Amino acid sequence: MEVPILKQGEFLIATIQAALSDADLEQLRMALVQRVVRYRSRAVIVDVTAMDVMDSFASRTLREIALMIRLRGAETVIVGIQPEVAFAMVQLGLTLEGVGTALDLEEGLAYLNQKFKTVN
Amino acid sequence: MSAGEIRVPINSDQDIVLARQKGRSLAAEAGFSAVDSTLIATAISELARNIVSYAKKGEIILQPLHNSHRTGISIVASDHGPGIPDIRLALRDGFSTSGSLGLGLPGVRRLVDEFQIASSIGQGTVVKVTKWRPDHRED
Repeated sequence: MEVPILKQGEFLIATIQAALSDADLEQLRMALVQRVVRYRSRAVIVDVTAMDVMDSFASRTLREIALMIRLRGAETVIVGIQPEVAFAMVQLGLTLEGVGTALDLEEGLAYLNQKFKTVN
Repeated sequence: MSAGEIRVPINSDQDIVLARQKGRSLAAEAGFSAVDSTLIATAISELARNIVSYAKKGEIILQPLHNSHRTGISIVASDHGPGIPDIRLALRDGFSTSGSLGLGLPGVRRLVDEFQIASSIGQGTVVKVTKWRPDHRED
């Protein structure tokens, strides 16, 4: 299942809509990195509200996405991690170290708008 | 085959998703909370991933457990893969953190109540975990 990626101004918004296989996550990683280059995006929001499980592979792939995008000089914010998913991640010992997170899409956008406004 | 047993063959990364979805619905049917159902689904995901990554194929068997005083779910992940040379090392936190995340077994152990593993080189690995519904516990 392909994850839709929306371009909104200088930002990209990827909204995960269902459980993703490893292949889907890898496809998302490639698509996001390519689009950050193509659109010269300054930030990427990945909305994971619909993800009911975040296992080691998923969190590693999200971390890799954030690191690759940082090398392009852009920022990644993961939004919408569900409370029970966060609980399981901590129990499993998974962290999204170095990756920005926000409560939901609205908060993520507010954070980025604020950030890039003050820079300008 | 025991009553209520669900067998999920694990042959590809798609089957990882299938196995954890079946585990989640079984957990919900057994009356587990949303948090515990997520812990169970996550544990299944990690165990199924180990099968795909290290043995290529295997099987996950899910089984609801009921006795006079408690309800739970049993998850057995088995494969005929290469086996784990040093189980103690594989169960140590932080093992193989460079590059891959290792087997994730210490994490899985934290997600469940009971954890057993048997492995022999060239024969395969069986991981059996149990999660009990915390009816009379605060956690």
